Parts: sequence; structure tokens; C-alpha cells
Amino acid sequence: MMNEYPGIRLNDFVIKIGTVNGTGSASANELLMKTIFRMGVPVVGKNIFPSNIQGLPTWYEIRVTGDGHAGRSGDVDIMVAMNPESYERDLNSISSGGVLIYDSTWPRPHFMNRSDITVIGIPLSSLCNAEFEVARSRILMKNMAYVGAVAAIIGLDMSIIQNLINETFEKKKKLIPANIKAVDLGFNYINDNKLNNKKFFIKALNKTSNKIMIDGNTAAGLGAVYAGATFGSWYPITPSTSLMDSFSKYCNIYRKHPKTNENLYCIIQAEDELSAAGMAMGAAWNGARAFTPTSGAGISLMSEFIGFAYYAEVGLVYFDIQRVGPSTGMPTRTQQCDINLTAYASHGDTKHIVLYPAHPGECFTMSAQAFDLAERFQTPVFFLSDLDIGMNDWMVDELEWEENYTPDRGKIMTSKQLADIEVYSRYLDIDGDYIPYRTLPGTDPKGAYFLRGSGHNKYGKYTEISAEYKEVVDRLLLKWKSAAPFTPQPIVFKSQKKTNYGVIAIGSSDGAVREACINLEKQGVYIDYMRIRSFPFADSVEEFIIEHDLVFIVEQNRDAQLMNLLLTETNVPRENLVSVKYYAGQPLNYKFVYEALFKGIMANSKNKKTA
Amino acid sequence: MTSFIKPRINRKTAPTNKIGLTRQDYDGTMSTLCAGCGHDSVTAALARAFFELSIQPHKVAKISGIGCSSKTTSYLLKEAHGANTVHGRMPSFATGAMAANNSLTYFGVSGDGDSLSIGIGQMIHAMRRNTDMLYVLENNGVYGLTKGQFSASADIGSVAKKGTVNDQPPIDPCALGLSVGAGFIARSFSGDRKQLVQLIRAGLMHKGFALIDVISPCVSFNDHKGSTKSYEHTYKYYNKFVHADYIPPEEEIKTAYNAGESMPITLHDGGEIVLRKLDADYNPKDRASAFSKIINNKIKEIATGLIYINENLADMAEQNNLEARPLNQIPYKELNPGSDNLKEIQKSFR
Repeated sequence: MMNEYPGIRLNDFVIKIGTVNGTGSASANELLMKTIFRMGVPVVGKNIFPSNIQGLPTWYEIRVTGDGHAGRSGDVDIMVAMNPESYERDLNSISSGGVLIYDSTWPRPHFMNRSDITVIGIPLSSLCNAEFEVARSRILMKNMAYVGAVAAIIGLDMSIIQNLINETFEKKKKLIPANIKAVDLGFNYINDNKLNNKKFFIKALNKTSNKIMIDGNTAAGLGAVYAGATFGSWYPITPSTSLMDSFSKYCNIYRKHPKTNENLYCIIQAEDELSAAGMAMGAAWNGARAFTPTSGAGISLMSEFIGFAYYAEVGLVYFDIQRVGPSTGMPTRTQQCDINLTAYASHGDTKHIVLYPAHPGECFTMSAQAFDLAERFQTPVFFLSDLDIGMNDWMVDELEWEENYTPDRGKIMTSKQLADIEVYSRYLDIDGDYIPYRTLPGTDPKGAYFLRGSGHNKYGKYTEISAEYKEVVDRLLLKWKSAAPFTPQPIVFKSQKKTNYGVIAIGSSDGAVREACINLEKQGVYIDYMRIRSFPFADSVEEFIIEHDLVFIVEQNRDAQLMNLLLTETNVPRENLVSVKYYAGQPLNYKFVYEALFKGIMANSKNKKTA
Repeated sequence: MTSFIKPRINRKTAPTNKIGLTRQDYDGTMSTLCAGCGHDSVTAALARAFFELSIQPHKVAKISGIGCSSKTTSYLLKEAHGANTVHGRMPSFATGAMAANNSLTYFGVSGDGDSLSIGIGQMIHAMRRNTDMLYVLENNGVYGLTKGQFSASADIGSVAKKGTVNDQPPIDPCALGLSVGAGFIARSFSGDRKQLVQLIRAGLMHKGFALIDVISPCVSFNDHKGSTKSYEHTYKYYNKFVHADYIPPEEEIKTAYNAGESMPITLHDGGEIVLRKLDADYNPKDRASAFSKIINNKIKEIATGLIYINENLADMAEQNNLEARPLNQIPYKELNPGSDNLKEIQKSFR
């Protein structure tokens, strides 16, 4: 964007706050971010937190992006270092020209070692200790005090902060004055001591009016409510827990019988993921829209039931909010490491429908779509999100729900339909579209069948006869393939000029890849971008790769899972593909992608010239 | 497990139940178990109980895990939907199915391997949750389909067909059920159809989880000398100490019972279970005495009958405040909060 204030970074910088987890900094950080958002300036928020309740380092990163980018920049321009344990790391992470804010109650002369940054010390602890009596409130108010300091430095609208505090403590009004006072402490200290170097500044815009700030799990849970899901089973696991919290919260408000106050939904916290998967499948078999949210470790446990649901053709939704693997891995860090797992989960020949939402807006719509697909194709559907999408607040377009939506329940044979046929058979492909008719238990004696994971023929009867077995599994493969056009189709962002270069990504890599492409274009490097949104892949995926000489596959795992899936499931030549992998657990930043793409393209054009 | 249709022989004189069905209408496919298998007697007792209670076959859902026992749901109630799930996972599947439609009658059939080894966690949690279902555990102390390994219910000192002696303590499903608070715990023997049918009737009508541990000998791998789950051993040490007769709400209690020895228990449906105690001091409503009864009678005496009953526990549907209407029958318009509410919800996201 044009900068009308030379020397000032306007609406384009990153604030990072380093604190100790369990000290209440989350609400202070949210306050900062929401204030910027309400000033009409787009923001990206990333919570980088430990797998711990209290005492370990935690960070919150707020990217102020007037241009409305969706990913991280990779820079830290203003570092609020509140945690002595991470001081060294925090000091080193600041980009040249940046600002360090720290609690100077205990002076740290070595902070002055970096001559390329501005250091602002504020005696936050002594200010708060003088003002507040209780130990706990001294800790909490220190957070509000740094909000005030940052507000003074970057020019936040204090009336918005005031309003947000009023809203936050609407039910505990007596806490309002203390919080306001704490904000003022920080704010006044900066102004009174003229500590503002006026380098990073926010000017109100009008770019957030039809936007909301929401995390993907809240949106996905809400999507399940709107989709008409009535049954959810789960076992608590980071980072998927908040998905069920969201479903539960909105069901509790909107899914009560108006007269009896009884529940029009059922949520069961299972004893483990094996059980959660079994419950969801039992409910789906019995005609409820059912789901289970989990993370990769849970999918591992659920795999036996997933294969059963696939083979016995029971449609339900598995939400996999990916975290860093393998094994326990890093539960509070993000990765796209379950691409392979979800595509083929369970033993034997199994292939699944997988949706790849890229942001909370898509989490809402794709959550509902997942249920339609599961019931239409009578098969497990995976909703593959990740910690970055699921647990961070993203700025997205306001969610909308089509008032005339009707759930696609697929082919369910009613008593009336059963009366017109001689014999009902569960797995007969009557319509030639590979999808058989199901019946619901309890509806009609004629519709009874025996659900089994053992070998069965098209009539649903047990079999060990080769041809009968094969007939069913061959149809299952065709059924899976036929789902592709019904899933969310890839989105292509064409570059300004025709190019032989392409890039492919899924899910939360989107923001960083798009910004990388924009910046490459500024350098005269043109590249087309396709974001794949589902598996099985649409035909257009193969076409896109073949249309370009070199296609970069950007993904967040070590083993190039997406690239390998593309090689396995399409006929594209391997030499056309270049893998770009980031798998260290932080949300992807665009500079990483930019550099990988830039280097790759330069090397390629050089090779071409020398060839 | 094959799916041969059992030949239907129409006998005009066959007695019918209140809904006009004969006992044969409660049959399923032909059993493919070994001749003399205890499980086939359990299947027959189950079919008999459903017939006697005049339950519409298609209003039943039959669920099982994996193993010989789990095959048997196919051998009865052909008009009922059945699910032969994965090993040890019948309880979770049944729990989800129950939640989706609590108007059907659910029964699960499992074995000692399916329940007490691979599936012990699920079984325990279904009891804790008080899922409203009859859970029949066909207990033979051995893995049949994999040819004769000891299961977790094998008694110490029991000898396997190949001669090895079990030296690990057995898991008693009834003791387990008592410890986690199940509300209906019974033990029976496949060789005593009269007792078994009565217990199944009572278990089906009990609101909440009903466990019946049925000693059901494996004729192929555990019916030899030295086995404590053989027909011979069971007949020898088998002791009935509490009879349970289920009396439907509309029937009068005709039999006269001696006061002190009989104990009527009113069920949720208005029917009654009348317990006739052979041991007048025994109180099947007292968890501690039930526990002591079965623990002290191990091996020497196989205590059978209704060991424990508590009709006052909230079942899963009640605990979850579920509406009487099955979840799978609620129209979408009642489930959809609507676009206006979506606007309202989003006010908090700004």
C-alpha cells in the first residue's frame, strides 16, 4: 500500500508478545487484536503456546496487515517481552529496525547489545504493585498495562479499548475500573516519558466491516449445528477439543425443545477414541447425523472403525484437527501431517473422501458439506483442518447460512418404497451410480439387514466367494471416485501473465502461498496457484499440473505427503513436481514460501538456459 | 458365518403371542456353530423371550462384536437390523445407536474374549453410562475361532485341551459389573433354558444396562476333563439361588410366593420382577451382599440367578436429557437455528 507517512510503518507490522502461560495474558492479547480489528484494520493472530497449564513460555503474534493478507510475515517488529525465561530468544527474534518493550522493574542492560532495535523499558511490575493490592491482580493487571503501552506506541483508539473492556466484564462490572486503570498506567507511562519512537503506527481503515474474527473449531462446530448433526462423540484431545465445545455451546442455546427444555442432540464424552468412533458410527447407522472430532493420534485409534464404516458403507464425519506428529509429537504446534493417514485410514484397501478447509469461513461451510457427502455417498468423510486454523482467530467474511438448505440424507428406503419391491438388498447398485439404498433400523421388517465388516456380497450376505467379494470392493472404488465432482472444487489464482510455473497447496498454507505469489509477481516472476480443497482429486488437478512445466507442492510435513498423494492418484510426471516443505510446527509464513519458490524458479530457468 | 435361510415349517397349530406371531417368527438364519454349542441354546432362549414378550422383531436392534458368540445375532430375529461390529467394540456402537433412536429394544451379544479382554474398557463404560440394553455375555473360558487359547474368564487351574494349565485369576463379569455400578446383574447357564428365558425377559424390560453372564460351554475346545467351563463341571457346581420371574404389567401375579422368600420389584414399564430367594437372607438389592455372594462362591459353586438389581438409576437417555422423540426422527427445521440467529451469534466475533 502507499505510505503517506515516510519513515513510518503504517498498518503493516507484527507485534509479538512473550508471556508465561497461565498468567491471563490471553485476554489482554485478544483485547489488543480486537481493538485493531475494530479500527477497521485487518489482522492475523497466532497463538504459539505450550502443552502445559501454567509456567511455560507462550507467545501471541498479531500481524497488522492493511492489505489484508491471511498468513504470517515471518517478521517481529514490536516484541513485548514479558517472560525472563524467553528473553534471549525474544531479543534475537526481533527484525532489524524493530522495537523491544520489556518490564524495566528489573533493568536488563544487555538488551542494549542490539544497536539495530529500539528498546523501551517500562517498570510494569512496580507500577502495578503500587496500584494493586492482591498478588493475582498484580499479575493480571500487568497484562493490561502492556496493552496500554502498546496502544500508546502504535496509536490505538482508547475509546475502543474502553468499550471492549466494558463488554468483556459485562457480567462482572466491578472489575472494569481496575482494568481501565491498568491500561492507563501503561499508556500514560509511554506518553509522559515520551518513549514513543513513532515508527509503527495504525491508522483506522474501513476494511473489516463485513468481517468477523473466529477460530476454525468454533466455525466447524457451528457448521455441524447448522448441518443438523444430532450426535457427537469425542475424547478430549488438543487441538480439537474446542470444536466439541463449540457444538455443545450452540446446541445448548439453539437445540433445546422449546417446551420441555429437553435436548435435540446428544454429546457423549467417550472413554477413548476407539469408543468415540464406534458411537458415532452406531448413531450414523441408526440414522442420526453423527460426527467425532479428534486429532491425528485419535485417527490412529479410530482406524479399525473407519475401515468398518468404509466397507459396511456407513456415512459419518471425522474432524481431524492436525497437530505435530509422530506419536504425541508437539500437541500445541501445527502441521499438515495426516494427509496420507486420512486419505487411506484403516487396513485393507480403503479410500476416503477428505475435505481441506483453509480458514474458519470454509470450516463453517465444509463442516456442513461433509455431512451431506457422508450421507450421500454412505462413507466416512474426513474434515482435515489443523491447529493453526482450528485454534487461532482468523479474520474472515461474515458467515452466512442459506435459509432453504435441506440436508442431503442420501438414499434411504422408506416403508412405502420397500412395499413396492420384492426383496430388499443392502448393497445392490440399483441406480447404476454405485450408491446402494440403506434402511434405518426399526422402520420396516422388510428392510432388515445385517451390517458386517466381514466379506459380503451385493445382497449384504456373508461371503467368501472371490467374485462376490470383488464385485463389492470394486463398486466401492468407483463410488469413491464418483464423489470428486460433488466435493469442493479447487480454486485457481491465475497470475497476471501466462506462465509455465504453478504452485499447489492445501489448507492453512493458503495465506502464505498467496502472499508469496503476489510478491513474486512484484519481482516479475509469474506463477499460477491452485488450492486443492478435497480428495479424491478433481480432474482439474491433473490438468493444472500438466499445463505447467514446473509445479511446486507446498505443504507442512516432512514426507511430502501431498506430493506423493498427487503422484499416486494422478498420472502426472514426477519431474514436473518440486516439493516445498515446512514442518517445524509454527504457522507457515509467506517469506519461507517466497524464497523457496523464487530459488526454485531461478534454478530452473538457469538450467533451461544452460541446457 | 453363512446366511442360509432357516427353512420355515408352517404349523397351523403353533401358538401365537399377543401380536399374532409364532415362535418361528423370531428365528434368524441357520446356525453355523458346532453341534452342541452352548451359544445355540442362548440364541433359542433369546428368541423365546422376545416371542413371549410379544416384541415386534423389527423394533429390535441386535449388536455384537467378533467371535463365535458374536455370530449368533444372525441366528435370531431376521426382521431386526443387526450389526456385527469390530472385536470388543459392540458397546460403543450400541451406545451411539441408542442415542440416535431410544425407542427400539437393544440387545448385544458378546463373548468372554470380546468382553473381558479386548473389549473390557468398552463394556465397563457402557455399564457406567447405563446404556439401556441387554448385554448377554456367552462365557466359555476359551477362544474358539482361533482354536482353544484361554480367555480372561478361565479359572485358575483350568486345563486347556492341549494340556496347559491356567494360572492367572479369572475376571468375573458379574463382580466387575457390581464394582462399576451396573443396575442389573445376572448369571445363568445355557443348559438351563427356563432360568435363562426368565432372566432375559427381566433384563430386556429393565431400564438401563442389564448384564447376563451365561456359562455357555464350548464343545470343541473347552468341554473336556479338567475344564471348569464344561457341561459336566457346570452341571455339577451350578447353583440357582435367586429365581427371577418377569411379569408384564397387564398380567396378574398368580403364583403364591412365601413372604420373606419373595421380593417383587416394579420395573419402569409397570411390570414386575418377582424374585424367589432360595437363601432367605440374601438381598439382591444390596450390592455388598451380592458381591460377597459371588466372590465367596467361586469354583465350588456357580451362583446363578439375578444377583443384583437397582431400578432407580438414571439411564443414558435420562442422563443426557434426551427428548422422547428419537433424534433420528426430528425434522431438520427444528434442528436449524436459522440465519437470523447466525447473525446474532456473530456479534460476539467482532
